[in-house]
Amino acid sequence: MSGEKQDFFDNPNNVRNMLRVFYVMCALLFAADFVLHRHTEFRLEGLPGFYPIYGFVGCVILVFAAKWMRTFLMRPEDYYDKRELTDFNSDGGNMSSHEDTNTPLNGGQQRA
Amino acid sequence: MLEVAPFIPFFLAAALGLFLRGWLRAVLFIAVPVLGLANLWLLGAGGAGIEFGHYAILDFNLLLFKADRLSLLFGYLFHIAALISVIYALHVRDTLQQVASMLYAGSALGAVFAGDLLTLFIFWELLVLTSVFLVWARRSGRAYVAGLRYFTLHILSGLLLLGGIIFYGQTHGTLEFGQIGLDGHAYSWMIFLAFGIKCAFPFFHNWLTDAYPESTPTGTVFLSAFTTKVAVYALARAYPGTELLVYIGATMACFPIFYAVIENDLRRVLAYSLINQLGFMVVGIGIGTSLAINGAVAHAFNDVIFKGLLFMSMGAVLHVTGKINGSELGGLYKKMPKTTVLCIIGAASISAFPLFSGFVSKSMVMSAAIKNGYDWVWLILLFASAGVFHHAGIKIPYFAFFAHDAKLPAREPPVNMLIAMSIAAALCLIIGIYPQALYSLLPYEISYTPYDVTHVLTQLQLLFFSALAFVWLNLRHLYPPELPSVNLDVEWIYRRLVPDAMRGLFSRLFALDNRLRNVAVGGVARLVEGVASHHRADGIMARNWLTGSMVAGVVLLLGLYLILGWL
Repeated sequence: MSGEKQDFFDNPNNVRNMLRVFYVMCALLFAADFVLHRHTEFRLEGLPGFYPIYGFVGCVILVFAAKWMRTFLMRPEDYYDKRELTDFNSDGGNMSSHEDTNTPLNGGQQRA
Repeated sequence: MLEVAPFIPFFLAAALGLFLRGWLRAVLFIAVPVLGLANLWLLGAGGAGIEFGHYAILDFNLLLFKADRLSLLFGYLFHIAALISVIYALHVRDTLQQVASMLYAGSALGAVFAGDLLTLFIFWELLVLTSVFLVWARRSGRAYVAGLRYFTLHILSGLLLLGGIIFYGQTHGTLEFGQIGLDGHAYSWMIFLAFGIKCAFPFFHNWLTDAYPESTPTGTVFLSAFTTKVAVYALARAYPGTELLVYIGATMACFPIFYAVIENDLRRVLAYSLINQLGFMVVGIGIGTSLAINGAVAHAFNDVIFKGLLFMSMGAVLHVTGKINGSELGGLYKKMPKTTVLCIIGAASISAFPLFSGFVSKSMVMSAAIKNGYDWVWLILLFASAGVFHHAGIKIPYFAFFAHDAKLPAREPPVNMLIAMSIAAALCLIIGIYPQALYSLLPYEISYTPYDVTHVLTQLQLLFFSALAFVWLNLRHLYPPELPSVNLDVEWIYRRLVPDAMRGLFSRLFALDNRLRNVAVGGVARLVEGVASHHRADGIMARNWLTGSMVAGVVLLLGLYLILGWL
């Protein structure tokens, strides 16, 4: 298989058409709420458009909340490794290696 | 049919597997779950309440095999999961992994058919002892330390269980494994916590997200199937209807999806979504009605298969490309079209699309929640359903197979991997299209129809508009990009805080120890110097004494005696 070959999703027109179909389906599903009768057990659930709005808003909130969580939870990829794997490789280590690893340690504590 | 406890063939096959190689081992390892499943099916057809394998330790009557509809369902499930995983791992030329995985599957079967708590404990510990080798089999430094942490937490769970069993035995005089319930006794909490650690309750969940993604591509598939589902089984048997579980389950369903959105390692994303799915099961067990319990175990059944399928597809990506981070993958659909389709079937199942397996079981738990007045829990579960579609249903296939083309050299995985994934995908579809096949195996008789206009419509609305949110965020470039990173979780406490505190403490102790030693050494040196100074030339002890002064001394002494004699 050559990388040069144009695949389906490489063509922006295909992607645009697929998205158009998708939007139409979303609109139809939303409209169905006003046409079809559904049995409900929960007061909010009975509101027309409850499920679509809940799904959309829920996911947007999910993503924004997760992005915000990154501001205080994200650390470099080797955050744990650089300590744990040094210990692993140095076979328990000696006094001097403990002293070495203590230096960045205090910085990490302050940050967290 | 044979009255043989289902774990025994697995253990025997593992022992033989040490000496067999090539197709002989392959045939044996495939035959064991197939024949085991057939045998179990015949045993189950004989009616409920089958038990055999009585033995006694001290005064306790123990029971190796006791089956009812609940344990039989998990028994069938574990045989199917073992078969799929064994096929998926056939190409692996690593005797350690092959043998450990057979022992692991056998231990899970031993646990679900254990008639008493002590037998359960033995298999509880065997699950850890065997599965940790699947983590270590990756043979990397990270896998080694992650395996150690996994091992430690599970041993803790085992110790809690053993402690609880001892108190339980003292109170009840029997070790029969049945309903325990949280009744305020210490043992009920100890056993609850032991099950909870294995079930990845919040604050004890990091062993899962830590160890599973560090295992081998094939090892993770085994791991995802057994340990947590044994815990779900144990909770369903011992703590059905415990209200606390509803809230624990809702938390489990909710918080991991936030982590899953920002996690880069796609197998770790799946590990977080595994906790999310466990949340639905735990809520079902907590509600405790027959519909809820049925929903919980049906969802456990489906989850093993669709989560296995997703782990298999990501394992295939890792196997072929050597990469698993979302930031390094993309565009693989061109070179791995079959894997892509199979992965999408798994993604549709976990997202509970109508006609896929997740739909027919998740909706049971949701219906039970709303029928029993847990409105808020229902809203949280609905949010979690939308969220799971977002991170597992869209994110996994999108970042691995679509997104920007990373132009990685890739090809379809080995044929055995494709066969295993196809079996799992077929099961997802069969159960989704014909749910009665699964419903007829459930512990309680129910008439539940997942396919009515309301269910299908509302679920489609929820999913399509979740997808719409993804499309909108992506087109607006608001979707968080995949970044090579580590996200802090509860594990930070025992991976960073405690080790740092211990290191700080010990370095201070070493410094104090050093100072005390220096003081002591200085003191000894001064003493030696002081003593020596008297023995040197001119020292008191080194001086010569005149004979005359000695005679004078003797006279003085005698004179003293004389005076004392007179007194």
